[in-house]
Amino acid sequence: MDQDTRVIPAAEPEVPVIDVKKLNFYYGNSQALYNLNLTFPRRQVTALIGPSGCGKSTFLRCLNRMNDLVDGTSVEGAILLGGTDINGSGMDVIELRRRVGMVFQKSNPFPKSIYENVIYGLRIAGVKDKTALDEAVERSLKGAALWDEVKDRLQESALGMSGGQQQRLCIARAIAVNPEVILMDEPCSALDPKSTARVEELIGELRQDYTIIIVTHNMQQAARVSDHTAFLYEGLLVEHGATKKIFMKPKNKQTEDYITGRFG
Amino acid sequence: MKKYWREGEPMVWATGAAMALTLMIAATLIIVILVNGLGVFWPKNLTLATLDDGSRVLGEVTQRKLAASGEGMRLQFKIGNRDLYGLDFRWVDEANIVKREEPAAALVLERKEYGNFYGMLISVSGPNLSGTDLPALARLLERVEEEDEKKRKLDKQMAALNREVAKLEQRRQKLAHQGAEKSAQAIADIDRRLEQLRTGFDRIMTDQAEAAAELRDYTATFVAADGREKTLQASEIVRYYPPNAMGVLAKSLVYLDKVKELFVGEPREANTEGGLFPAIFGTVMLIFLMSLFSFPLGVLAAVYLKEYAKDGPLVRIVRIAVNNLAGIPSIVYGIFGLGFFVYGLGSGLDQLLFPERLPTPTFGTGGILWASLTLALLTVPVVIVATEEALGAIPAGIREGSLALGSTKFQTLVRILLPMASPGIMTGLILAMARAAGEVAPLMITGVVKLAPTLPLDGTFPFLHLDRKFMHLGFHIYDIAFQSPNVEAALPMVYVTTLLLVLIVLMMSSLAIYLRNKMKKRYTYGTF
Repeated sequence: MDQDTRVIPAAEPEVPVIDVKKLNFYYGNSQALYNLNLTFPRRQVTALIGPSGCGKSTFLRCLNRMNDLVDGTSVEGAILLGGTDINGSGMDVIELRRRVGMVFQKSNPFPKSIYENVIYGLRIAGVKDKTALDEAVERSLKGAALWDEVKDRLQESALGMSGGQQQRLCIARAIAVNPEVILMDEPCSALDPKSTARVEELIGELRQDYTIIIVTHNMQQAARVSDHTAFLYEGLLVEHGATKKIFMKPKNKQTEDYITGRFG
Repeated sequence: MKKYWREGEPMVWATGAAMALTLMIAATLIIVILVNGLGVFWPKNLTLATLDDGSRVLGEVTQRKLAASGEGMRLQFKIGNRDLYGLDFRWVDEANIVKREEPAAALVLERKEYGNFYGMLISVSGPNLSGTDLPALARLLERVEEEDEKKRKLDKQMAALNREVAKLEQRRQKLAHQGAEKSAQAIADIDRRLEQLRTGFDRIMTDQAEAAAELRDYTATFVAADGREKTLQASEIVRYYPPNAMGVLAKSLVYLDKVKELFVGEPREANTEGGLFPAIFGTVMLIFLMSLFSFPLGVLAAVYLKEYAKDGPLVRIVRIAVNNLAGIPSIVYGIFGLGFFVYGLGSGLDQLLFPERLPTPTFGTGGILWASLTLALLTVPVVIVATEEALGAIPAGIREGSLALGSTKFQTLVRILLPMASPGIMTGLILAMARAAGEVAPLMITGVVKLAPTLPLDGTFPFLHLDRKFMHLGFHIYDIAFQSPNVEAALPMVYVTTLLLVLIVLMMSSLAIYLRNKMKKRYTYGTF
């Protein structure tokens, strides 16, 4: 996970892909997020850490408007994707969710074949050409480090795979539509250590093509995997910055207490 | 002792006993129907009893009971020959029987009128045909079959002619209704064509009369047990066999032949003999139409309630209302169907589309369309509840996963949720179909008849006649059991029809269960 050897195309500016400005979020009358201001740098892994109930999953779900599915929620402030507010009229939520994909804590493959699972996002976008779909399947499964294991059984049901494989399938499914950002909500919490290691390795590889925002309970994982970290506590953004700095020289006492395990 | 109770064994016994009792009741029902129904068509031997007063009785022994005097037993004979004796059955005290035998030559004749004939063959006669033994009878019936072919051809021509006349007369009625002056020319054309057809009509009638006269030359003479002779038209005889001279194989062939007639033949003699084809057809078509109406309506309503409607007091009230709909007595649906569909919509349709036929109703009277719609209303709640349950059982993660990939709610529904819910939806459909096959009360009011001259689906344009009345197995059972002029003769048919109805429902349910299991295998969501 050595960041310094990664090659950054010189011409590409470090434009943040998601820019969160003064975000306040409410579940009905109760406020869950207070005045968040944060940017997510392009093609880097940002980890959201904090104790249970601090709002990290809520925040993550704001970024692809999955909270719209819950009744009574309201958003104040702006979340800009490439400059456009995702909650405004200029952004179609379907388009948003294609550009910002999500991998859930509990893997949720559809009861279809592996092939159909991976291309689901493409199919609903209207892609019909068989060659394009076949290519996407190979590309995505390779990208999720699953190709060698399943290339001979693409037509078999996805439900026959192990937990770790299913989670990698969900990742493959997410990258098949070529998103800009991948949101991951504690993707390894339901996996055994071996599968966890593989997925973490995968995140390192995916970083080259996608921006990744990962919510994790596991601080060591955050330290291993991310380039930037944001620490949330009770709906407030306490501190954020480069992972190395946050973990070695946190500015805020609360951050330091959390990282050293004094509470959590 | 306390340990026995604590371990829970009494519960095991109690629940096991309840289960066994339920199974026994169901099994008894099926076995009673099977035993009574399957045996109906098996050719029974004929017994010739000579009584102490010298008279003789020939027939099938159908029952054995305590004699009226209280001493000894008596036998019930099915003696047939209603045209000679006036009644089908007769009780004979065993004490009066001097001799019993089973003559090999005794014949059972199934006829088109007056039920069965029991007796012995004397002779056959016809043009170039004579004889006194069974092979001669066989030849006679073969020849009659050939002649019958000619008659059937003529009948077909006549039917086609009648259809054309009916069509022309309908058109004429419509034109006349629209205004005689405008269409005077067209009406005159039609009248001319009708004249032509009427001459053709007369010609066919003469031919038919000739053919009928020719057929009358083929006869066979039989003698009954009391010595009386009877000459029958050969065309009257549907089937004959000498049961006492037949082995198991021969009897099985007759059995299978009668089963075939049951499925493809038309009913005879006030529905107590003959086939059930129109009733079977009507029942299946009703079930099909009802499913066609209730399935989409139910599934769509459930989808709206579950997926699109915002949870609140209104949705809850709707759900309660739907659940209560399932509990309304079916006869109430029948009355509603009569008032709303038949008299309301039906008369409206008549005035709109068939004003020239009024006051004769087309849709303003019972028919298969209104009956299926009424039954669809009856079963829609079942489908709605089953679909809602099935949709609710799908884990939320699947929905979220689909939406997070950029799908609309509709795409998620169609591509993922409905396929996953299909086993549960199928269950709802199975229940609905079984109800359609079984509910009789609402049908009696909205379009079922005892005997329907035509089927709702046939070869004449527009092929699907939704305004026609139809026959139904459930109603058929009620009709022959309780409305028959000759209940004793009808009873076997009741069992057969009941058996058939149970078989049809079982077959449809099995098909639906098979489909559901296949779907379950595909879509079961298991994680480990």
